[in-house]
Amino acid sequence: MARIRPTQVEDDGFWDEKRPARRTKAARYAVPVAVAGIAAATIGLVPALASSGDPDLPKISAERLISKMAASDTERLSGSVKITTDLGLPSLPGGGSFSDFGGGAGGEGGDGSSAAPENKLMELASGSHTLRVAADGPERQRVSIIENAAEYSLIHNGDETWAYDSKSNAVVHSTAPEGAGAKDGHPRELPKDLKDVTPQQFAKQVLASVDDTTDVSVDGTTRVAGRDAYELLIEPKSDDTTVGSVRIAVDADNGTPLKFTLTPKSGGKAVVDVAFTKVDFGKPAAGTFDFTPPKGAKVTEEGDHRRGGKDGMKDNKDAQEALSGLNVIGEGWDSIATLDGPGGASASPGKGDGGPGQDAGGFLDSLGKKVTGDFGSGHVFSTRLVNALLTDDGKVYVGAVDKDALVAAANKAK
Amino acid sequence: MSRAETGAPAAPVAAVRPSRPLWTLALFRSELTTTFRRWRTLALLGVLAAVPVLIGIAVKIETSDGGTVGQGGGGGEGEAPAFFSQITNNGIFLVFAALAATLPVFLPMAIGVIAGDSIAGEASSGTLRYLLVAPAGRIRLLLAKFTAVMAFCLVATLAVAVSGLATGALLFPLGDVTLISGTTVSFGDGLVRALGVAAVVALSLVGIATLGVFISTLTNSGIAAMATTVGLVITAQILDTIPQLHGIHPYLFPHYWLSFADLLRAPVYWDDLVKNLELQGLYAAVFGSAAWARFTAKDITA
Repeated sequence: MARIRPTQVEDDGFWDEKRPARRTKAARYAVPVAVAGIAAATIGLVPALASSGDPDLPKISAERLISKMAASDTERLSGSVKITTDLGLPSLPGGGSFSDFGGGAGGEGGDGSSAAPENKLMELASGSHTLRVAADGPERQRVSIIENAAEYSLIHNGDETWAYDSKSNAVVHSTAPEGAGAKDGHPRELPKDLKDVTPQQFAKQVLASVDDTTDVSVDGTTRVAGRDAYELLIEPKSDDTTVGSVRIAVDADNGTPLKFTLTPKSGGKAVVDVAFTKVDFGKPAAGTFDFTPPKGAKVTEEGDHRRGGKDGMKDNKDAQEALSGLNVIGEGWDSIATLDGPGGASASPGKGDGGPGQDAGGFLDSLGKKVTGDFGSGHVFSTRLVNALLTDDGKVYVGAVDKDALVAAANKAK
Repeated sequence: MSRAETGAPAAPVAAVRPSRPLWTLALFRSELTTTFRRWRTLALLGVLAAVPVLIGIAVKIETSDGGTVGQGGGGGEGEAPAFFSQITNNGIFLVFAALAATLPVFLPMAIGVIAGDSIAGEASSGTLRYLLVAPAGRIRLLLAKFTAVMAFCLVATLAVAVSGLATGALLFPLGDVTLISGTTVSFGDGLVRALGVAAVVALSLVGIATLGVFISTLTNSGIAAMATTVGLVITAQILDTIPQLHGIHPYLFPHYWLSFADLLRAPVYWDDLVKNLELQGLYAAVFGSAAWARFTAKDITA
């Protein structure tokens, strides 16, 4: 067979050199390699270049920065928030089983409740999620969790709150004015919790705990979502706590917290990292807070939803009974919650770690580490931030403190 | 001895040169017509167009007793695929559901067949040398092949979308569209977004199409090139599901495929869409130039 060689084809001269030798042929492969190399370099370098050069801002004292943050009255904003949590919980298959651990507050009735906010809140407790937030005053807020080809939206407009899950086309609606649901307890508060997964709310919770057990300093400047910010560093003085440090990036202009990072003492990745990736302090677009249930969507009225879930009511009651035995020992970072439950539910301390209440029954027994002390014996269950001690006589001690502190607390209680 | 081997005499070249633009177009046109006239291509398009019809009929039958799709099991495992739950309320969602269903397997497989066959198929049937005997130039031939594959990407996507819209309009009501953010837009706006979704899906296939053309230049066996391309599609998608490999996920071409759904948010969430297009552009640049390097330096033996 006659060979047709490229060297001998009379080409149109469009790039091709006249007589490429073997060497120049091989050299052509340099082009794709170069393209790939340039792309790799761009991917590697551009973020590095963009993040280098912290902004040059006038010095500010920690006190003034905190008061600036407290005085911040940002009511209008829209943007994207990235939330990454790594509590070091034993990995549980799927979000569904996570909600089973949630103390049954939602009364998982089987259908329609996939749009119930409490289930979604549990999903946020692990992994990385992108949220879109928009707010226009206290009356209108919106939070959407961006999912693969789906979205979960929580829209609060005046006295109406809508939750819409596009995946199942399910809607949960409540019209009760703020506070009216108080006697019902949970359901009114839970959607609020979900609304609160912004850096502002995390920062607020930490600032509330700033007292003499804490070192607060301004640790340079940074850029978050394209805005200049001061970095506030909060470190607990105590040796017992598992909290290493908390960093809050505060917008230099208006004092809005833009980024919140909680690092455990054991080092490694942050346990909670919440940051704006995009933020705009203008008025959100009109129509952002409008919601009409789509045709054919399954709408669950919050009231019906609660009355319908008989089991949910019972679970809720159980949980509340269990919580009645809740005590808090110590203060500040070292607080330890104790619970006299009959080996039942446990609770996490109010430190904003978002740790789900865990069913400390037989399942966790296999995960715990046996400890003994003056109090008798029990099991310690560890996550990266929260440790829990379940004594054999049914007491539970939970806190963002290390194992020894839990044992000491148990000994003292004896 | 073929004419190409001795180099064309000066006079014919001079005669051809002035008509070059026309000749270029003619080559592109002939590539397009040969691609779309093949029974194989038409069969592939027919299969793709049948997918939305099947989905539509299945959903219609399942919901004929007044039930709904996609709410079984209370979440968790066994969820219906994306957009299925909205199909019964608005037929336009059949377009999105069909694209979401065909994008992982059917579309890339069809592209793999066409792209893998583009050069290697000509080589194995012994027609590549005749294409090059004509003073077309290898680069131009490569570009013509590439254009034909791109055109197929677009036509294949449109086949799914149009068939989905037609089936949806026949079986289900149409009307105002509720976006996945919960915002309601007019049907016209929904149609525009559907068109945008189709365009993004077609562009999402650029990466695999270029990869297929490159693989096709490596071998003289059309079947081998097709199998390799389709195999790569499957491999990349398996790798994309292994959590331990999350470091390489952003560089796998199927990683951002489902980002077309971000067009259905309000406001549109551009981050992943832009990343997807950048990634496809990168694949096109790297494997396009690799195909050029290979094809222009290759000995054509068949």
